[in-house]
Amino acid sequence: MARTAVPGRLSWRVATVEAARRETPSARTLVLRVPQWPGHLPGQHVDVRLTAPDGYSAQRSYSIASAWRDDGLVELTVQRVEDGEVSSYLIDDLEVGRPLELRGPVGGWFVWRAAPPPVLLVAGGSGVVPLMAMIRARGDVRGRQPFRLIYSVRTPQDALYAAELARRVRDDPGLDVHFVYTRKTPDGWPEPPGRLTVATLNTHGWPPDFAPDVFVCGPTAFVEAAADILVALGHDPGKVRTERFGGIS
Amino acid sequence: MSLSSFMIIGFTAGMSIISPGFGGRRRSSRPDLPPGQYLTHDFPVLSAGPTPRIPLERWQFTITDETGGKHSWSWPEFQDLPAEDVTTDIHCVTKWSKLGTTWRGVTLDTLFENVETTADYTMVHGYGGYTTNVPLEDLLDGKAWVAYQFDGEPLAPEHGGPARLVVPHLYFWKSAKWVNGIEMLQQDEPGFWEEAGYHMYGDPWREQRYQGD
Repeated sequence: MARTAVPGRLSWRVATVEAARRETPSARTLVLRVPQWPGHLPGQHVDVRLTAPDGYSAQRSYSIASAWRDDGLVELTVQRVEDGEVSSYLIDDLEVGRPLELRGPVGGWFVWRAAPPPVLLVAGGSGVVPLMAMIRARGDVRGRQPFRLIYSVRTPQDALYAAELARRVRDDPGLDVHFVYTRKTPDGWPEPPGRLTVATLNTHGWPPDFAPDVFVCGPTAFVEAAADILVALGHDPGKVRTERFGGIS
Repeated sequence: MSLSSFMIIGFTAGMSIISPGFGGRRRSSRPDLPPGQYLTHDFPVLSAGPTPRIPLERWQFTITDETGGKHSWSWPEFQDLPAEDVTTDIHCVTKWSKLGTTWRGVTLDTLFENVETTADYTMVHGYGGYTTNVPLEDLLDGKAWVAYQFDGEPLAPEHGGPARLVVPHLYFWKSAKWVNGIEMLQQDEPGFWEEAGYHMYGDPWREQRYQGD
């Protein structure tokens, strides 16, 4: 087994919040300028560390939302977690111009390396964040790999990056996006609200014969359900990469 | 914001900078939590792919020594081995810790009772192709179990059932889910996450999350 080349020690870096934008009522994107950032692959994450004046500190992992453009910028989209001490700080308290400690990039498995096969992205809620990095990276290099995103959200207002996705569906050849609404649909939507089903993945995914690279990210129950359906439909389990978060602070 | 105000705000305290305005309203640190961990009462799931479903009649656990000698147990044979109830804290590299979890399983000391080996390292294998490396001494002397019950119930597939390794003194990715074998190695080799940049040993108390930590 050959060792994958990985950088040496991941040291903590002090980034500066260069800009911030509200994505939804419960999510905020931080645009961070990170000194000596080595670059990252779409799908990788960073560890963020907050430290209080008395030395108490808290760490969390956040997926990187942006594709690397060699400009020193890294974007994180933070979804508010109920009672989350870190997410509430990053959304409510951290102002533009302020420092934020992070280290990374982390992860060498849940990444898209611009390989030739078609890609199926399956997102539940803020699980879309690392998948958006893949869509953006493909857009940056004008990738021709057929990409399909199936994106499950509670209501239309909960969709992250909705305007950008609509623009990219128009401008990025070979990108399709299908929304699944679990609580409330837009007006005139052809189906009642409901969870992702076998039919959704069968109709809006790729056939297993196309041997797509599949990335599934979201809450545990969502990822378990989606991955089980994909395997039942005949997808090779070895081509289905998953990333799960537990809905915890 | 000007550079000067950044400098004032960004003063250092030991190794880390202060996060302006962060008070840590919900302090989750306590002495039984390793550095950088927070407490959860859920049981989050971390897996790289779909959850494999392993029928018990096909389940097998095999220890392979460095000469290729094999020691195997079927599910009924494994169930016949003496089991222990274990209460322990677990620590995931993704930062959550769960305290006082209860497991039932077979200690590795029992499984290694008749295994002759001079090798110091192991690669633990799971159904679905997962691998992780653990030194042999970290598996013996009451430090590790192949567990098949969690909280008094059969271990659920998403948590590694029908049986998973439990090595609670290392980050939980070392506790291979869907475990089906241990291979003895003369030299340490990286497993699945270790190949992807995670630490070769993974001691949570020394915060060995990533390569070089």
